[in-house]
Amino acid sequence: MTPLLELRGVSKAFGGAIALREIDFVLGAGEIHGLVGENGAGKSTLMKIIAGVHTAYGGSMHLDGRPVHFASPRDALAAGIGMVHQELSAVRGLSVAENVYLGVQPTNRFGLIDWPAMMRGARGQLDRLGIDVDPAAKMDTLALGVQQLVELARVLFSGARIIILDEPTSALSPPEVQLLFAVLRRQRDEGRSLIFISHFLDDVLDICDGLTVFRNGSKVADARTAEVDKPWLIEKMIGHTHGELEESYTGALFLDSKPDAPVILRAEKLSLAGAYADVSLEVRAGEVLGIYGYLGSGQLDLARALFGKLPADRGRITIDGRPVKLSSTSRGRAAGVAFVPESRRAMLFADAPVFKNISISILRRIGRLLLHPAVERRIAARHTETLHIRPPGVDRALSSLSGGNQQKVALARWLTHLPRVLVLSEPTRGMDVGAKEDVVHIVRGLREQGIGIVVVSTEPETVLSLADRILVMKKGRIVREFAGEAVSKDRLLAAA
Amino acid sequence: MADDTIQVKRRAGGSRILAWVRARLRNIAPFVTLIFLVAFFSFASPSFVTLGNFYNILTQISVTGIIAVGLTFVILCAEIDLSVASIANAIGIVVAFFTLQDASVNIANLPLPGWAAIMLALAACVALGLVNAFGITRVGIPSFIMTLAMLQIGAGICALLVRGQIAYAVPKLVVTLGSKSLGPIPWIVVVLGITLLLGHIVLTYTRFGRYVYMVGGNREAAEYSGVNVKLIISAVMVISAVCSGVAGMLGVAYFGSAQQDEFDTYLLDSISAVVVGGTSLFGGQGGIGNTIIGLFVLGVLNNGLDHVNIDSFLKILIRGVILLVALIINVYAQRMRATSAISDA
Ligand SMILES: Nc1ncnc2c1ncn2[C@@H]1O[C@H](COP(=O)(O)OP(=O)(O)OP(=O)(O)O)[C@@H](O)[C@H]1O
Ligand SMILES: [Mg+2]
Repeated sequence: MTPLLELRGVSKAFGGAIALREIDFVLGAGEIHGLVGENGAGKSTLMKIIAGVHTAYGGSMHLDGRPVHFASPRDALAAGIGMVHQELSAVRGLSVAENVYLGVQPTNRFGLIDWPAMMRGARGQLDRLGIDVDPAAKMDTLALGVQQLVELARVLFSGARIIILDEPTSALSPPEVQLLFAVLRRQRDEGRSLIFISHFLDDVLDICDGLTVFRNGSKVADARTAEVDKPWLIEKMIGHTHGELEESYTGALFLDSKPDAPVILRAEKLSLAGAYADVSLEVRAGEVLGIYGYLGSGQLDLARALFGKLPADRGRITIDGRPVKLSSTSRGRAAGVAFVPESRRAMLFADAPVFKNISISILRRIGRLLLHPAVERRIAARHTETLHIRPPGVDRALSSLSGGNQQKVALARWLTHLPRVLVLSEPTRGMDVGAKEDVVHIVRGLREQGIGIVVVSTEPETVLSLADRILVMKKGRIVREFAGEAVSKDRLLAAA
Repeated sequence: MADDTIQVKRRAGGSRILAWVRARLRNIAPFVTLIFLVAFFSFASPSFVTLGNFYNILTQISVTGIIAVGLTFVILCAEIDLSVASIANAIGIVVAFFTLQDASVNIANLPLPGWAAIMLALAACVALGLVNAFGITRVGIPSFIMTLAMLQIGAGICALLVRGQIAYAVPKLVVTLGSKSLGPIPWIVVVLGITLLLGHIVLTYTRFGRYVYMVGGNREAAEYSGVNVKLIISAVMVISAVCSGVAGMLGVAYFGSAQQDEFDTYLLDSISAVVVGGTSLFGGQGGIGNTIIGLFVLGVLNNGLDHVNIDSFLKILIRGVILLVALIINVYAQRMRATSAISDA
């Protein structure tokens, strides 16, 4: 039997740097195939070759046994291959419905766009993914997770027979993930094939039928999921065994809260219509406050209010005892708050070199009037080393780094001159196991230096691995606080 | 196996050169255009390659060039300023308005000492720039619309001050800088050189310049990095207005008269210079170096067409075609970056 899709000896280099070496890859009909590997292993690159984004590569690709070479994503789509990119490619100014039907708008008999049908159809598709969102809403007003779901809807229901999902759950919380998985399984049972990339190995083991492991641009293993387990996966990914990476926080964890440390940030009764209401919280010096909640619980908007990006309607914020009016981001910054948003696209300069991305927030410290590129490079080089940013080299364009490495660059920005309060929204989004551990170390290091840190996430592991105290939000309100007690993933999810 | 590895390497080598060219297409294309134009006109007309004509070209691009420096800042921020020529015209008239005119000039003006007239004119262009800045950053009007309104306002100021008349006198300093020479080099060319140099220094060596690029590269990211985006945009609008104002004053001296609508062609010329030079209309890419090349492309083209026998009406068409080609390259270069860059992560 010929496999549905087969790649033979595929190689890809970016100006001298080899991203993929001699990859053989087989996708069978009606299977969900997992793709795992560290940040920068080459997963996205291979998928972009399949989806017609990268057109220059070595080796060959066969669809239904026939050789194919796509000249564009449109070509690939015509052949039945759709892809949801890791960094979302939604058209941010358009409505949800327009994005769902991007390029394939239904028309009425006059050849005009049939808006009612489009709205109805979009609503139906989004319902199947369990999201309640107005199809007429503009994309850029939505939470990143919801945008991710809209893109998923576009590709999942486009009729493609090969569906590539590059880290589709990175901005989703458990309920959406479960719904999505149900949809993926249904798609598979209807005979479609799916490729699923994720750093959540439990998810991969849960949903995939087969999987392929990448390391450093090479394929190191493939297997049927039933035959392997997580330690095996990790060993293949990183090339050696590594015990501590396996902790999955299923066991109880004792929160070491610091009730006596001075309060740095205090928020009283913050409210924002439609997002959250009456939220009061304190962040103490040398403490990591975790705020956990499912998608749409309001915690992502709350984080923005603490930086002045999306000011609250009502409420009071004090920093070091002084009331501050966080009505704009420059005020937030002046008050000593730094913020790392969950979307890379929103916080990084894709065309600029790595060092400019890192130095942007500290330029004023390096020189009031003039730039000192040598100093910038030195500082950036130090951070790329401590954060294990790969490949090293501070002069390469940010866009040439893999997704997880870009995320590290965003963090590096705030490591030189410490803010008073650091607000991290989904800080480990898209990071591999090792990188997540790096983030844990970084955040602990920052905490030791006495700043207040807020970690906001929809992902239980992130909060559990970083926080000293955890607030759980639900429908815009704080419903539970875990402090100085044992907590586990189950208890956290039960509270949300 | 070994064979294939070599093949990968070779591919990499080939694509490296290609990638290098692609990444610099926006810089290379205008330069090649310039070389081509110079070669063509040198061949077509013996009077083209002379030192005298070189100074001619420099003088001819001066007013456009000074405006284009300010416009470079604006376009790097991914904004646009359509009011440059109108502000230039208004400021040229303002400085004449505050200068004693010949009795034959029938304008109810307010003669002041030369330095005062110049200070008032500069203050006026700062004020106009601030109005642009206010509309764009505080009210939230897109710069395209806001500066379109300012274009009208500038025209209104001109109309009100001269009321259809023509003024001739401007302060002495302005006369010198606009129409006298320093040895063989016209002062206006010196002013252009200084403006270009200052612009280049600010954009490449100062913190402010970096912010300009970053705001143009990704406004949201700049905001998250703590950059005061509104302040930067306000500053570039003021810089643009001041450059226009200076160009306006010198232009009036250069033309020898101040009247309505005399700068009309400078809006398109200065935008063309910036864009033909390869500065991205989407912001964040380009710089004064590009603007210099763009200025020379336009200057050589305009001047060269005068040296060869060409239907003067065809000239207009040729300029349009060159601009179109430059725009296509500009957008194409941007698209290539975009596909090679943000497509995933
Ligand atoms: N446009 C590009 N230009 C240059 N190098 C690139 C480009 N895109 C990717 N690379 C490099 O290719 C390698 C593989 O990147 P890729 O994005 O495929 O990794 P990944 O496995 O998807 O990682 P992640 O889990 O972080 O998303 C990396 O070393 C990366 O730096
Ligand atoms: Mg990737």
